[in-house]
Parts: sequence; structure tokens; C-alpha cells
Amino acid sequence: MYVPGLEVPHLCTQCVDYPCVNSCPFKALSIDENTGAVRVDKEKCTGCGKCIEACPGAVPFIHPRDGYAVICDLCGGDPECVKVCEEVGYNALILVKLEKPRLDFDILKKGYARKPIDVTKDLSILLYGEEVV
Amino acid sequence: MVYGYNGRLLEVDLSTSSVKEVELNEDTLRMYIGGRGLATKILWDRFGRRWDSIDPLGEENLLLLLTGPLTGYYPGARICVSGKSPQSNGVIGSTVSSEFPVELRCAGYDGIVVTGRAEKPVYISIFNDEVDIRDASVIWGKRGRETLAYLVKDWVDRYGWRPGRGLLKEPGVLYIGPAGEKMVRTAVVMSKWTHAAGYGGYGAVMGSKNLKAIVAKGTNPLPEVKDIAETERLIREVWKTHLGFNNLRYRGTSAGFLSVAAATSSEPVRNWQEEWHDRIEASTAYYEARLWVKRFWGDFGCAITCLKIACIRSGRFRGCITDNPDYEMQAYLGSNLGIFDPDSVVYICSQADELGLCGIQTGNVLGFAAELYEKGILDESDIGFPLRWGDTEAFAKLMHMIAYRDGIGDILAEGTYRAAKIISSKKGVDALRYAVQVKGVAVGAHGIRSGLDYTMETSYACSTQAGDHTSVANIPLRSGRVDLRESGALFADSAVLCAFNSFSVEGELVFRLLDSVTGFGITMDDWYNVYVPRILSIQRALLLIGGPDAYWEPIKDDDNPPRFYEPLPSGFKAKAVVDRGKFENLRREYFESLGWDERGIPRLDTLVKLGLMDVADELKRRGLLG
Repeated sequence: MYVPGLEVPHLCTQCVDYPCVNSCPFKALSIDENTGAVRVDKEKCTGCGKCIEACPGAVPFIHPRDGYAVICDLCGGDPECVKVCEEVGYNALILVKLEKPRLDFDILKKGYARKPIDVTKDLSILLYGEEVV
Repeated sequence: MVYGYNGRLLEVDLSTSSVKEVELNEDTLRMYIGGRGLATKILWDRFGRRWDSIDPLGEENLLLLLTGPLTGYYPGARICVSGKSPQSNGVIGSTVSSEFPVELRCAGYDGIVVTGRAEKPVYISIFNDEVDIRDASVIWGKRGRETLAYLVKDWVDRYGWRPGRGLLKEPGVLYIGPAGEKMVRTAVVMSKWTHAAGYGGYGAVMGSKNLKAIVAKGTNPLPEVKDIAETERLIREVWKTHLGFNNLRYRGTSAGFLSVAAATSSEPVRNWQEEWHDRIEASTAYYEARLWVKRFWGDFGCAITCLKIACIRSGRFRGCITDNPDYEMQAYLGSNLGIFDPDSVVYICSQADELGLCGIQTGNVLGFAAELYEKGILDESDIGFPLRWGDTEAFAKLMHMIAYRDGIGDILAEGTYRAAKIISSKKGVDALRYAVQVKGVAVGAHGIRSGLDYTMETSYACSTQAGDHTSVANIPLRSGRVDLRESGALFADSAVLCAFNSFSVEGELVFRLLDSVTGFGITMDDWYNVYVPRILSIQRALLLIGGPDAYWEPIKDDDNPPRFYEPLPSGFKAKAVVDRGKFENLRREYFESLGWDERGIPRLDTLVKLGLMDVADELKRRGLLG
């Protein structure tokens, strides 16, 4: 929370070119064939943080106790966060099916991978009309 | 009784300030439907033989504002603005969405024909049968938004409160900005704050007639239809398909700024020197999160809602408002000038709206000027300030100079083709090779070199609307839908509906709706076999006759701009180029499919079959028909 009151959800967008997977020096990251999510091999991961640097949205983080990278794996295709959002009735998060890759839309998806501070800044402009300094 | 039409046009002669009604006969409507088709027919009938002596910006030219049978019934109403175009010197049908056409049809007219020239600035006010020509000297010279505010307020003061009926909704307004008044050839006819009929330069035609605006309001119902129950059912069916068409609803066309460049490599970058970039900050996410304040907005009856309102809340461009901006604006006023920052694009688009300039044509001419500056053909003493890629303020300043015809703006205001000719003769260099235009009209922002976009080699070169990206000459002529191919776009411009509202709808459904409204019984086969060649043949004949300041030669000018024969320098499609041999084959095939000869001139047997003997006579007299 960079600005009090403006908390933004911050999720992996599954970029077309998977910069995190390509950046991993230990080949600990892989792509789930069914969901397109990134999976982390806990054994191989050393917690070096290369994937966080590579991610355009700085989505991965290092597990505080076990020291390996954590990336949203979509809970194996049935995400808990979506369930909660639906249960409460906001329906802000929806589950979409993985479709056949389409280059034009997949590139657009990457545009939504943004660092939390940028999203907060834009949101503050939209809500308060002022830029956060 | 003609169903689906009011059956009459309003003819306003500004020279004598007289108003009369012109009856439309049923056969003409049956053969030309309305909109672009009817405009072509009217222009042919009135000018035919002396087309080449009509000055587009002179007193004689007509300004046609025509609706079609489906306007108001089909979701997404539009009006077709036409006349002799000051850009291509042919006929261009240019459509703009707003409530104006619906109001006009409710007032009891199918369209307006404006002739002559007023002595002093005027505007036309229509309220059902009351038609006034009113003084507009107060708003002459005012920018778009002030003009609109004045006109609406003035109208509400006069008519707004009807005893016993309450307050009426504001009228539909078509107006021009300062650019149109100065007869800038890239000026547009505007509606609301941001909608514009861009191609053709009809803002200049309106300005040449000293006509600032047209205000229309009707309180009657739309014209009667043949089969009301069937029409209602079919409109519902169309709406149902629209509701499933989410892409334009969520992102508008602004998704193109990144995807057209990075996925199809066909976006103009720095006056078409490149067609590829992968600037993530240009993607929709940035517009959506920072700028869009009204995300789902539609005009009368529209369920597609591709329009988003963008407003800059902070920073140096604070307070600028524009729509979307849509893909063409983002490409031509953004990447074509080397600008990728969302705020700057919104700023420069809002300036274009205010001045009444076409974003595509003006963006093209700005990019052209910037390339000449880069190449050293124009220098600082010509322009008055350095003009570097990506310099938003410099481009905005040059845009003002074009709108008010200041300094070099006076030359650039003639459009890319004419400006290139003037600069070539002044500087003694060939500036035409940097001008990306076809027959005087700047091409749309969908390149043809990569071959991945919906356009193809012949798209701009062979189109009767010249560089128009909404009416592209693609092969095959036929597709199952009313899409952006010339045959589909001709239908959208003639029945006058929004092409975006027909992408998701089966073509058969649209034709069934046309039939239930008019009862003409036109099928899709008829459309492709008879109507398309008929209207396009006349349009093509008028384009080839041209004049008086620009003439087009059949094969020489049916060509792509020289830029498209240079290989792409960057991106995953680097070295891609238009193959001249393939292009020539496709061109021949395209002309053949319309029944034209290899030079693109309608063949005698085609013209006889279509009943266009007068066109054949005229072409023969001019020595065009072999």
C-alpha cells in the first residue's frame, strides 16, 4: 500500500513470452500446459530473485520462511481468490478459459502486467485527480 | 408509398436563402438505396458532363448530408456526408455517428442538399417543418466546443420548452471548427464533441459555403416500415449478437496501438518509415487505468459502445478531453509522429477535435513535414521551430498553424499530396516520394507491407474512396458479412449504418432487415452482382474525370505510395515489401471482378448491363472508354 486507502490486486498476467521463465538460471520455473500458469519447482529454486527483476509487474515474491519464489499458479486451475470474490458478490475476478493463443490479444495481456506502484499512481489520478509525488 | 423513407430531401440554396423540398422517386431509391449510393447518383445527375469544371471549394459544389433506409432502425445510426471531395476530386462517402440523422429523419427528411454560398456566415436550423437560415457571425471563428455550447443553448432558448410537452432533449448538431472555415483540405464535419466525418475534407466544403453548422430536431416518428413485427424481431436478433461482441465494448479500438504494431507489424511509425514497435506503455491498460472516465458509452441504439471518454486529470496537459482515442488517432497522431505517451496522444487528439481537423489526414501531413525536416528538405527557417519526432508541443503548434493557415501551415493545409507538389516545385526536390497518400487521400493506418493486417496490396491503390481504410479494395469482393471490404462498406455507407455494428452480424440478417424495412426484396446476391458494380462504376468514372486542380491517370495513379515499395527496416517482418508483380495481378483481378477492363475503366458491356448508358456516353466522349 503506497498510498493509504489505495490497495490494488496484483496478479500474474501470464505474458506471451514468459520473461520470468526465461530468466531463471536454474530452470526452476515451468509453464503449466493446462492453465498457462507458471509453476515453481521448490527443490530447484534458490531464491535468487532474477524472476522478480524480469517480471514487468514484479509479481513473484520470495517466501519469507522457506526462501523460494512464489508465483500465482492459479491453484491448479481452480483459484481460491475467484471463489472468494464470487462468494462475497463483487465478481471483480472472473475465471476465463485458456483459449487457443492469439498473437494480438496475448500481446495486450502483457500490457496489464504492471508494477504495483504504477497502478497505484494511475488509480490515484483517476480517483483524486492528483499525481502521487 | 415508399416504406423506410420519408421520400423527400431538403434543398437549401444559400446564395438566395431559399428552401425547397425535393421529392425522391422510388426507382432511384430502389437502385441506389441512399447514403453514398444516392449521393453518387445525385452528383452524377447534376454535374455529370461538367464534373471536371466544378471546383470542390467553389460555389457550385453540393454538400450532401444523406441518411439511408436503415438509419435509426439498425443499431448505430450514421449520416453520410458527401459531395465533390476537395481531396480526391471524386465522390467520397464519409459517415459520422450521432443522433443528427435520427433527428433529421424524424423531422421528415431523408437528407439535406446544400447549394450555393452564403454572403455572410450562417447556420441552418431545422425543427420539423420549420427551416431557418440563421446568422452565425457570433460563432464564426469559434472552436468546436464553444460552437456546440452556443448552438445548443440558443436552440434550447428558442424551442426547448414546449408548453404541455416539457423540456425537449437537445438537438443533433453538425458543425465545423476553425479549420473548416479556413477551407483547410483536411478539415472535417464534426458532431458532438469528438465525432467526425473525416475522409473527403467536407469541412472545407461546408466552410466554402459560409455554413457554420446545421441543427436538427424532429419530434415525429421514424418513417413507416413495411413489416413492423418482423423489423422488431430482427432488430432484437441483431442486438443479441451485439451483446456477445465484447472486444470493442471493453477496449474500444485502442487495443490496436500495441497489437497492430507488435502483432501484425502494420502501424505507421515516423511517417511509415517503420511499421513495428513494442512499446508496452502504449497498451490499453495505461489508457484504461489512468485516462478513461466513462467506459461504456453509446449513441442512439448502439449496443457495441466502442467509445470511451478520456480525460487528463493531472500534469501539463491537465483538462484535455477526447474520446477513446481510437486506433487511427493513436496511430496517426501518436506513433506516426513518434509519440507513444498516452497523455500526449490524448492532448493532441483533443486539439484536433477542437480545431475541426481530421486526425488521419492531418497526422499524415504532420508526419510528412517532420520527415522533410529530418531529411533536411524543410529547415527551421521554413517552419519557424525545430520539428523533431516525439515533440508533442511542436506538433500541436504546427497543427494550429495548419488550422489557421499561418506560415508553412498554409502549404500543409492543402493536404499531403498538394503540399508535396508545392514543396517539390519550391525546393526543387521530389517530395512526393515521402508522401504516403493515394489519389490525394492519406492512407489509413493499416499497412500492407507485412501482409498480416486485414488490408492487402490492392486495398488503397484500387479503392474508389482512394486511401480510405474503411472501404478497402480487397479480393474476393464477396464475404458473408457487411465488413470493411469495398462491397460491404458500400452497403454500410448506403443503408447508412455503423460498420462496427455489423462485424458480428451475419450478412443475411442485415439484408433481411433491409427487406423488412423497405420491401424492396434486395438479396445479398443482388447486392454483389448489381448494386456494387453499379455504384462503384459511377464513383470510379467521377474519380477518373476528376479536375479542376488534380487529375488521375488510370494505371499510373492506381498505385501504392512509393513508401510501400521500400522494405520494412525493423520488427519480426523486417525486409517485407509489396511485390509489384503480385500487386499488378491482384489489381487486374480486382478490376475484372467488378467488370472493369485492365485499366480500371468500366467496360461497355458492364455499363449497358447495369443500365448506365449515360456514364458510357460520357466516358466515350472523354476518350476513356476504349
